[in-house]
Amino acid sequence: MLAVEMKEAAAKPVKAGGRLCCICNKRRAALKRPKTLEQICRECFYEVFEEEIHQVIVENQLFKPGERIAIGASGGKDSTVLACVLSELNRRHNYGLDLFLLSVDEGITGYRDDSLETVKRNEIQYGLPLKIVSYKDLYGWTMDEIVKTIGLKNNCTFCGVFRRQALDRGAALLKVDKLATGHNADDIAETVLLNILRGDIARLSRCTSIITGEDGPIPRCKPFKYTYEKEIVMYAYFKRLDYFSTECIYSPNAYRGFAREFIKDLERIRPRAILDIIQSGENFRISTSTKMPEQGTCERCGYISSQKWCKACVLLEGLNRGLPKLGIGRSRGLNNDRKKGTKESNAKKSIESKQCGTLDF
Amino acid sequence: MACNASSCQSNCYRDEEQAREEAVDSSTNPVADDNNQNQNVCVKCKSNEPMSATGGDDGRFCADCFRSNLYGKFRLSVTSYAMISPTDNVLVAFSGGTSSRVALQFVHEMQNKSQKNFDASRDRSLPVFGVGVAFIDESSIVPVPSHEIDKAIQEIRLLVSNLAPPRKELHVVPIENICSSNSSDGRDRLKSLLDVVSDATGKEDLLLHLRMLSLQKIASENGYNRLVLGSCTSRIACHVISATVKGQGYSLPADMQYVDARWETPVVLPLRDCLAQELNILCQLDGLKTVELLKGSCAGINGLVSSFVTLLQEENPSRECTIVRTAGKLTPFHFNRIPENNDSNLLSATRRRQKRYNLKPNESISSESFCPICNSPLNKSDLLRLSNLGSCQTSSESFGAACCSSCRFQILPNDPSSMENFYTLLPQPLIARAKHSSYGNLSLLREQIQDCLVSDSEDES
Ligand SMILES: [Zn+2]
Ligand SMILES: [Zn+2]
Ligand SMILES: [Zn+2]
Ligand SMILES: [Zn+2]
Ligand SMILES: [Zn+2]
Repeated sequence: MLAVEMKEAAAKPVKAGGRLCCICNKRRAALKRPKTLEQICRECFYEVFEEEIHQVIVENQLFKPGERIAIGASGGKDSTVLACVLSELNRRHNYGLDLFLLSVDEGITGYRDDSLETVKRNEIQYGLPLKIVSYKDLYGWTMDEIVKTIGLKNNCTFCGVFRRQALDRGAALLKVDKLATGHNADDIAETVLLNILRGDIARLSRCTSIITGEDGPIPRCKPFKYTYEKEIVMYAYFKRLDYFSTECIYSPNAYRGFAREFIKDLERIRPRAILDIIQSGENFRISTSTKMPEQGTCERCGYISSQKWCKACVLLEGLNRGLPKLGIGRSRGLNNDRKKGTKESNAKKSIESKQCGTLDF
Repeated sequence: MACNASSCQSNCYRDEEQAREEAVDSSTNPVADDNNQNQNVCVKCKSNEPMSATGGDDGRFCADCFRSNLYGKFRLSVTSYAMISPTDNVLVAFSGGTSSRVALQFVHEMQNKSQKNFDASRDRSLPVFGVGVAFIDESSIVPVPSHEIDKAIQEIRLLVSNLAPPRKELHVVPIENICSSNSSDGRDRLKSLLDVVSDATGKEDLLLHLRMLSLQKIASENGYNRLVLGSCTSRIACHVISATVKGQGYSLPADMQYVDARWETPVVLPLRDCLAQELNILCQLDGLKTVELLKGSCAGINGLVSSFVTLLQEENPSRECTIVRTAGKLTPFHFNRIPENNDSNLLSATRRRQKRYNLKPNESISSESFCPICNSPLNKSDLLRLSNLGSCQTSSESFGAACCSSCRFQILPNDPSSMENFYTLLPQPLIARAKHSSYGNLSLLREQIQDCLVSDSEDES
């Protein structure tokens, strides 16, 4: 007891220059951890940040030894930190994974070409092979060309639908077993709220799953499911990671949606609220009969689809026939509220933060 | 009585398909499709003048149709979920606000009608249900000058006594009565209890639970067998979001169904399908007097949620309905229905009607355990923690362990001595309920098998 007190007394002069880290009690605290508001030093922050992600990976058995894993890489903060942390954990804990970077080139001059440069530097920095799939190669159209044809309205519908499929196709080309995406805790909490606001009980029941699409072509997983966005930014900042942070030039406003702003407000008064929302999402009592529509395959391209043609093929058909509205107004599902947001975007704010599925996939 | 689907703003009785359609594309239904109709008649009766030519959906009804539509929603809830039967004695919780004012009014109208039927019938076989009113006086914790309180209570007395017969008894009960029968002692205890809770939201929620406890106490001491709350769609939508934000996703469906019979006196929500806006309009229209006195300004999470929902509702007038509809699809608990009562054949008609609404019989009565503070059903991880309770616990420790994770975070104090203090200040009914619930049983079980538990703790370590 006495020894401890003496130690504390001895530490006082150090304290004068700032508080001590409440984890190691040795180094000076450099930051207030967003998740817990603990004052900790930089080294301990890296340690807890990485260790928590490791625990999530182990507890949820996200990866098996020998698997080939693609990291969806946009050049943005989430996917850059994911690439950095996954390659580090793979080394440190001998996961035995073959990691790849997978990027989508939408063909957006001044935006995507710059962010792709970032991903190419990441390829060298982390020593991870990079695969880029482009809209031009897959669909014959770049986003620039699409926007030229249809204008700025609805372009995010194309963005979202095409990107999802492009990632799956790229993953198939790389012959990977799984695709890891940079969705963080804030994203998942937002999705839970959005599904409640839209009345989408089927998606509500699945949106907190850490692994999805196990019935589809390539399962996807979210190692950052419990990782706060603020901590990802902090990690990237302190580690001076090389990432790209400009908003998509085709997303109408660089605004945050209502739901995201709400989550940020909540976080300010109760940081734990983000985890609580995810926990609610996991614990909702939803009867198993609430299913998603039966999935078949697209008659045209073979991609999974609940309809005769997949969404991308319908949109493409419209583009190629000079009827770009085709496929935008009719069918319901994922993009409906998003489309609405786009429609109203000039006058009003959307409830959703990520208009075009964002470039941080 | 179901309202015309294209005009009802809260679209409560539509079938699943329509609801789904509506939920997915909620922006298309308003006014536009009726543009070709004559704007100067009510959309329902097509004869009277609408209340307002410019206003929202509500403005498209004439006053009579608006009123009967709203009352129709109330009545449909009451009959579909067997909320009130002729032999019941119903206690209406009245806060002074518009929602509970309308609840009181509608219950009163319903009682009035059955009284008329009773008087007109020859055999007088159907009795008329009784109605009482409860007002919880929270002036001891909300700083309001005492003369204002007295005035408000005076107004409430007048308001209740002015309702046409049958006479309704009014119970005005100070909230501190739940802590002690002696009012000044109770006030001190309540104040100290709330002082121990440091989280603003936690304090507010604890008060909410104590209010319910007080209402239950009034009901059970005065022979009521139903408690009517004025919770409307807007209020419930806020609860859906705040429960989600507080990590109470598992227990959420328990709180937002039409019936909640986990309490000694079952709680019913007949205004679940009415929007706050509609209730406000009705109060204005009919000059229903409200007593806005103890305006509890929401703090913390609850305040944030309520302004978020208000914002969403402004952006899309069907948002609150969609939120409630989503949460309504979560699987309810076995107690979310009025318990079967076989000794009365009056119920058979009700039961037949219930079939139409596809209420499943009590096939699986799972035995839930409840949080002693908020009375929420505990989820798996709560139960797991509970079953791992060490054997040498103080009563305050085992009480804390029996609480849901949400209450543990926002209400229970962290350090053991404050927890001890908190426990000693808790109202007796709450402690009693806790002892009846799982942890009481568990400690009872534990006592019985004490001598065999040696290996238990070894395994755990
Ligand atoms: Zn440290
Ligand atoms: Zn296709
Ligand atoms: Zn876009
Ligand atoms: Zn009319
Ligand atoms: Zn609780």
